[in-house]
Amino acid sequence: MQEVLRFRPLEAEAVAREDFAEEARQFRRSPDMPSRGLSLTIRGLRKSFGDNEVLRGIDLHIPAGQSVAIVGRSGCGKSTLLRLIAGLEKPTAGSIGFGEQARAEDIRVMFQEPRLLPWARVLSNVEVGLGRERSSADAQARAEKALVEVGLGDKRGQWPSVLSGGQKQRVALARALVSQPRVLAFDEPLGALDALTRISMQRLLERVWRDQGFTAILVTHDVSEAVALADRVLVIENGRIAHDFNVDIARPRERGSAELAALEGAILKNLLEGTEDTSDDL
Amino acid sequence: MSLIDSLPRVRAPKLPRADGLIPWIVPLAIIVIWQLACVTGFVPARVLPAPTDVALAGWKLLLSGELIRNIWVSFWRASIGFLIGGAIGFAFGLANGLSQLSAKLTDTTLQMVRNIPHLALIPLVILWFGIDESAKLFLVALGVFFPIYLNTLHGIRTVDPQLIEMGRIYGMTDGELFRRVIFPGALPSIFVGLRFALGIMWLTLIVAETIAASSGLGYMAMQAREFMLIDVVVLSILIYALLGKLADSASRALERLTLSWHPAFQKH
Ligand SMILES: Nc1ncnc2c1ncn2[C@@H]1O[C@H](COP(=O)(O)OP(=O)(O)O)[C@@H](O)[C@H]1O
Ligand SMILES: [Mg+2]
Repeated sequence: MQEVLRFRPLEAEAVAREDFAEEARQFRRSPDMPSRGLSLTIRGLRKSFGDNEVLRGIDLHIPAGQSVAIVGRSGCGKSTLLRLIAGLEKPTAGSIGFGEQARAEDIRVMFQEPRLLPWARVLSNVEVGLGRERSSADAQARAEKALVEVGLGDKRGQWPSVLSGGQKQRVALARALVSQPRVLAFDEPLGALDALTRISMQRLLERVWRDQGFTAILVTHDVSEAVALADRVLVIENGRIAHDFNVDIARPRERGSAELAALEGAILKNLLEGTEDTSDDL
Repeated sequence: MSLIDSLPRVRAPKLPRADGLIPWIVPLAIIVIWQLACVTGFVPARVLPAPTDVALAGWKLLLSGELIRNIWVSFWRASIGFLIGGAIGFAFGLANGLSQLSAKLTDTTLQMVRNIPHLALIPLVILWFGIDESAKLFLVALGVFFPIYLNTLHGIRTVDPQLIEMGRIYGMTDGELFRRVIFPGALPSIFVGLRFALGIMWLTLIVAETIAASSGLGYMAMQAREFMLIDVVVLSILIYALLGKLADSASRALERLTLSWHPAFQKH
């Protein structure tokens, strides 16, 4: 941030931006503050599309503030589960309950595509995330804060089309964060990014999750991403949760460490055994 | 300039200011060659009068007030017909793009009517309205209706459904969803319709005025033909070209203004 600011022509503007950076730091959770996340309980969840029964009885409890990764071969129903949690689909049977009464702004989803409005500047795209609070007096200030949080404070006035894929995804993250959600669901949010951008985005996701304490549900096809980011990794097979791994590795986690690699190997082995007869893709 | 050169590029080179004059080189050269061809007698004045003669005829008509009056009448007919047909086409496009019921009810009928060339209705329209103003307005409105209708409908139907879902997730009301997602998403297509419609507007008006009118540019050209005033005939054609170009430039300016977010319109 500082390095960018040094080249700003207007000192007044630079000061104003530093203020935002400072506020953004305060806006983060202090370590002793209780988690803002919501717990989530799923019971007997089933979902069919016509004759195709995609989810065949999911039972799951996610404690408040936990980060859970969901892996499984493509088409196994990961996105469907996420969309059910986010309320975008109705379950065929079963129930999904949050620990407390959740407002619409408390649950946010981020997709593989950034889904930014091409005709709105970056800042107004972030303001969209405020939902019904969009017209409140501090809407713009909150959007600015969220943009600083993802490191794009200086891009507020740009059109989305000039941003790189990673930057677009960070704007989408700011839009999801701006309402201070208590559950954040990610559907392969980094799937379309190159390897380096992906690693820096993983760090960003981990940082905002630790700062803000929301409950995170991350669908990914990348097992190494799952073990690097999550407290817990679920493997979905045949419409059910086939395995539930605890990732008991201290943070910050060192990428490529033997511990992570061993766990990744174990999960991959499980995944491959379950799908030997069908295909080799995850 | 090769075809590749004319395609949009990722980063356009900075153009010097004088480049704004380049498009005018060819028209200017044509006029110079035309003048030379006439002065040297290569083209007889009975076939094509020299640009200077055309200008002179224009000057005389300008002084008599006849030119301004005819241009004004044509311009008025074009705009009113365009506004009526455009507004109705836009309204149907919106209704059928947003409501399944409305689309089921009217789209098939409209698609059938679309296949009738609207100029084929001229004899019928003359029987209905005579050579009254309403005949011309009716024809222009009918011609303008379809491109606006079809492109508005297409624009709305092709708005990215993922963006619409995003708007709903973030709690947009139907009104907000229309204003912030659907309408801006449909706008590029609506502009395509607008520019098509402008072309059809002039074409319809010329034909209608040539066949059934007692004022306007088309009428002026037909009158001139009867009196063998070939310079006035050529003048009318040139004015049509100029007015058409003007309408196109206006719609382009509007497009640039409202679509500044679009990569194709961004300044580099
Ligand atoms: N809206 C829908 N209508 C019909 N079938 C669907 C729909 N959404 C998902 N499916 C089906 O559900 C299955 C699981 O899809 P999805 O949850 O997207 O898988 P994943 O995200 O794990 O790759 C697929 O077979 C897909 O065809
Ligand atoms: Mg999916």
